[in-house]
Amino acid sequence: MTLPSRRSALPGFSLTLGITVVWLSLIVLLPLTLLALRPWTLGLEGVWHSVTEPRVLAALRLSFGIAALAAAVNMPLGLLVAWVMVRYRFPLRNLADSLIDMPLALPTAVAGIALTALFAPRGWIGALLLPLGIRVAYTPLGIFVALVFVGLPFMVRTLEPVIMDMPRDAEEAAATLGATRRQTLLRVVLPALTPALLAGFGAAFGRGIGEYGSVIFIAGNMPMVSEIAPLLILIRLEQLNYAGAAALALVMLLASFAVFLGLNVLRARLRSRA
Amino acid sequence: MPASRPVSRRTALAATLGLIAASPRRAAAATTLLNVSYDPTRELYRAINPVFIAAWKAKSGQEISINQSHGGSGAQSRAVLEGLQADVVTLALAADIDALAKRGLIAANWQTRLPDNAAPYTSTIVFLVRAGNPKRVHDWADLLKPDVAVITPNPKTSGGARWNFLAAVTWAQRQPGATEASVEEYTRRLIRQVPVLDTGARGATNSFVQRELGDVLLAWENEAWLARQEFGGGAYEIVYPSVSVLAEPSVSVVDSVVGKKGTHDVATAYLEFLYTKPAQEIIAKNFYRPRDAAVAKQYAERYPALPMATIEDFGGWDRAQAKYFADGGLFDRIFIPGK
Repeated sequence: MTLPSRRSALPGFSLTLGITVVWLSLIVLLPLTLLALRPWTLGLEGVWHSVTEPRVLAALRLSFGIAALAAAVNMPLGLLVAWVMVRYRFPLRNLADSLIDMPLALPTAVAGIALTALFAPRGWIGALLLPLGIRVAYTPLGIFVALVFVGLPFMVRTLEPVIMDMPRDAEEAAATLGATRRQTLLRVVLPALTPALLAGFGAAFGRGIGEYGSVIFIAGNMPMVSEIAPLLILIRLEQLNYAGAAALALVMLLASFAVFLGLNVLRARLRSRA
Repeated sequence: MPASRPVSRRTALAATLGLIAASPRRAAAATTLLNVSYDPTRELYRAINPVFIAAWKAKSGQEISINQSHGGSGAQSRAVLEGLQADVVTLALAADIDALAKRGLIAANWQTRLPDNAAPYTSTIVFLVRAGNPKRVHDWADLLKPDVAVITPNPKTSGGARWNFLAAVTWAQRQPGATEASVEEYTRRLIRQVPVLDTGARGATNSFVQRELGDVLLAWENEAWLARQEFGGGAYEIVYPSVSVLAEPSVSVVDSVVGKKGTHDVATAYLEFLYTKPAQEIIAKNFYRPRDAAVAKQYAERYPALPMATIEDFGGWDRAQAKYFADGGLFDRIFIPGK
């Protein structure tokens, strides 16, 4: 028996699915497969050794740690910005709206050089912080600043549509029922936004792990201290150690994948609870 | 599967666009040389190329053009390895050309095909300090003073930085009572004076000059002179340490490419031209040390003699690379605390 009701209102389902599968395989799966196959010329032990050197572990810890920290800091900040952009109308709002996207549009190297110029010991901000004993450029703190900068638009743009869809009645109802502003925020608004916050965290975090251009100028790049994992991959490539570079890339890939999977599971659970 | 047709059409379109983009270069390729070089030689080859083009036209009647490509020496070598169609490579160190020879792109005897180890000019490693030399840095020992910050790029990614590192090692080796351990200790303490490791020589120069970072820049002599010239002679001084290294940036024809393109003769003539008097003059003017004795004498004041170790003193690049810069080598070890 045929099922005429399965027919979609729009044509071309099988065609678009086919293109999707082929395109995804070509653009995503094929390079990733190559990457996964490359390191094994070193042998299992060689791969293990090449990704557990102290310097590699320090770089991985730095890249993942600071990316997570920067994404976490972007959660309240991004929420604030997104909230203001959606809920309020103010002069120059359109300008502010386009400014948010600047970290995305700017070539990352330009962003890195600008941030370094600003935060270097002789820069506008760096010179003010130096008497306080705070050094930003050429320290892990510099990496953090760069990642907060590049991560912000991911958080804001993820949250905005969700805030836009959020019915105001819920807040108003909470207020009429005698909830304080604080209670409304914590009990009504934030729970509704949590899945989006997590999604924004994931996007900003993912960008942060792989970020190279904006970080490299401000990081200092000292092994064991301020050397990010992507730089270590580049260094291995420069030494024609392709397998070692791929091994490190594979570790980053697997770790990122695990983080994203975890975030998605968490979001799914939150949504089903709601 | 019905979906495969539009996809293949799209692929075909992409391939066609790619071909269109590539074709003008291919059409011109017969008389165009590509010189793949390292970071600081931009100005040098920009000055030499028009002179060679004119000389070649006079000699053979053939019109040619020369394209230049610049970047970190190691990265450039890798680009050629991965298919960049370089007729000649003019890189920061022989090791980067050896890498191409080992993979069959260049004949194994490349370094004997031209005079002077196939290095038509040399340079050395010097200190660039700020005007008046406020921290009184005169030699390698002074770099360890507590208030002195040293700028040098990462030897893993920069050819120049490898020469810097070897120059420091040379000084430590020549101290009375020096041992392997004392050399390691010196480099370990030296690297603690370094606040930022740039990936290339130009990046380090920018950190020093534009970010005003550090008190001493360890630099190619040519880069130090260039920085002095570009940013005003008064702002910086060049300090010659008691000992340094003889850096030999080497050149070679890329046999696999010139064979295919039929540019062997002109590419070889281009490199041989670097040893002629007019080219050596340009070389000396661009702050590289000329090989030609007469030209060298003429510029003797600019390039003071100082004791210099050669790469042979380190047993050649293969051994130096393995001992100091490979994974687990000295440069890696000095960052691991407590060993």
